[in-house]
Amino acid sequence: MNFKRFLCVFIIIYGIGIGFQVTTPTHKVEAFSNQVIQHGAVGEDVIELQTRLKHLGFFTGKVDGVFGWRTYWALRNFQYEFGMKIDGIAGTSTKQKLSKASKYDKPAQKPNTNNQNTTPASTNTPAGYSENDIKLLANAVYGESRGEPYIGQVAVASVILNRVENPAFPNSISGVIFEPLAFTAVADGQIWLTPNDQAKKAVIDAINGWDPTGEAIYYFNPETATSKWIWSRPQIKTIGKHIFCK
Amino acid sequence: MYKTIAISLLSIALIGVSIWGYEEHQNKRALFVKSENHYQKAFHELSDHMSSLHETIGTTLATSSDDQLSPQMIDIWRLTSQAQGSVGSLPLGLLPFNETEEFLNRIGEFTYQTAARDLEKKPLTKKEEKTLKSLFKQSKELNQELNDVQHTVLTENLKWVDVDQALADGNEPKDNTIMDGFQTVEDKVTEYQETNTENSLGKDVETHKFKNVKGKPVSENTALKKAQNILQERTEKGFEIQKSGKGSDVDAYNITYGSKQKNAHIDISVKGGHPLSILIDRPIHEQKISLNKGEEIAKQFLKNEAFKNMEVFQTAQHDNVGVYSFLYNEDGVRVYSDAVDLKVALDNGEVLGLSARQYYMNHHDRKIKKPKISEKEAKKKVNEDVKIEESHKAIIDDSKGKEVLTYEFVGTMHNNTYRIFINANNGKEEKLEKLTDSI
Repeated sequence: MNFKRFLCVFIIIYGIGIGFQVTTPTHKVEAFSNQVIQHGAVGEDVIELQTRLKHLGFFTGKVDGVFGWRTYWALRNFQYEFGMKIDGIAGTSTKQKLSKASKYDKPAQKPNTNNQNTTPASTNTPAGYSENDIKLLANAVYGESRGEPYIGQVAVASVILNRVENPAFPNSISGVIFEPLAFTAVADGQIWLTPNDQAKKAVIDAINGWDPTGEAIYYFNPETATSKWIWSRPQIKTIGKHIFCK
Repeated sequence: MYKTIAISLLSIALIGVSIWGYEEHQNKRALFVKSENHYQKAFHELSDHMSSLHETIGTTLATSSDDQLSPQMIDIWRLTSQAQGSVGSLPLGLLPFNETEEFLNRIGEFTYQTAARDLEKKPLTKKEEKTLKSLFKQSKELNQELNDVQHTVLTENLKWVDVDQALADGNEPKDNTIMDGFQTVEDKVTEYQETNTENSLGKDVETHKFKNVKGKPVSENTALKKAQNILQERTEKGFEIQKSGKGSDVDAYNITYGSKQKNAHIDISVKGGHPLSILIDRPIHEQKISLNKGEEIAKQFLKNEAFKNMEVFQTAQHDNVGVYSFLYNEDGVRVYSDAVDLKVALDNGEVLGLSARQYYMNHHDRKIKKPKISEKEAKKKVNEDVKIEESHKAIIDDSKGKEVLTYEFVGTMHNNTYRIFINANNGKEEKLEKLTDSI
């Protein structure tokens, strides 16, 4: 009798044990979305990746949701330590290993949805340019060409960048923009208008290598141009109201 | 009674306006004087730098010992860069003064490169000495010209602000001395060009002229069809096409497209009808595909456009758009000059941009030789504090624009990542860049 009771209890406990074992894997599904995360990515998955790597001591930087070099090396070190293929890409198996090995408490369902400004989203900055360079460029682009189509704005940004590279012009962004008489928007103060997001986007496209002008270093509006000399430059093409030349 | 009140009120108003007007006038004058002084400072400094430049070149010529040569060269380099700075502060934006600025730049580059090399092992060549001698002569003439302008400006009290104003309005200034003087300088520099290309001051940056744009010339219609295809538009509505002008490096059709939702600009080469550049602008919606998936789309696009052996080199996400840089890879050597960039919208996977000018400009059949030093030897040339994590073989442009074979090491030091290129033939460090993370 006593023995039967003991068996009963044993079975129940054992059963609960099995039950636990079955339920544990469902816990893991919480981790990451199913995208492959790689260098340059931004977003919540990157935050999770960084937090997990930080928890394990591989990542020592700031958790900012941008997959930069430090995240890349941290991930590679993790892959090395865990005997995986070292490619610096968080694919399915890496994500699984990572979520098994570390803890991550997902922030309570989107606490920031009403107030997105509390955490300024980090963004990728193209190599070689500071956030302030981009702002200054956006100001110049907006002041010079806010009435132009988007492509025309990328074109104006490209001309400024082409000048920085050209030996006949100052070799800094500020030097080029503030060269007296080089840009009307600088002369009449329109450069100090607050640029919109589109101007900034145009600047980033130009910095990333899109040059719709075909490497122009001058442009002018044929309706308002006062200099005769500018007409002597070999022209490349017209975009919007501007003629772009070498 | 009313009359007196009216008169006194009016007089008070008149006095008020006069005082206000006078103050305005004073303020305006003060601002005028300020910008005039700013211009004058830049102008006189330019003249100073040019005369020091001339003198320093003179002493360099007279220097006999090689160990004194480097500091002199550095001095010349410094002066050219200061002179360029002064030029940049003068209202010459609408005056042709490019040749002079480029001339200064090239002197700077020449002297910097000479100063940077070991002059005891590799002394000045005959050609370089000749270059210095002709520079001495040229700088004397330029100096003389600027001195004359300076003299006239000082004796006749000429104002730079007037030049500025006249140029901005598109008029001829009343007194042309300043403009004529600068024009003379520019003309002289243009004359020097011939002698300078023969000696070490020539334009040394090699420009490859789109050798790889191959194929038969295509018609305007074919180019338009191609553009329609890229944009997946069935009709010609909204398209505009023009042929590139004289200033273009490569003959191309420039195609613009505009509709309510989308704007685009596409350059298609006349030869072969290859897309050189695509830029599409449209609102981007919520992200549906990952940066990684976008990479596959970018790769497929390159395949369809018959780019071979392209290897992804860098990826980044900007506001739901994936930006991908590809490099041409030949037998494990990545070629930095043959770069293609692509943009993919991460909402629906549409290719939003292609930039292949670099690729078409530089790509050619190379016979890549075996490196003379081993990777191990090259590694020794890297600062030992840098922990090397990745290594590749790469072809990059050196400071003179010539392609060189290098070992490329990516490494870390104090949580910063660096990319270091070591010449694979002589172990020289060709280039070192610090890679930026997000901010």
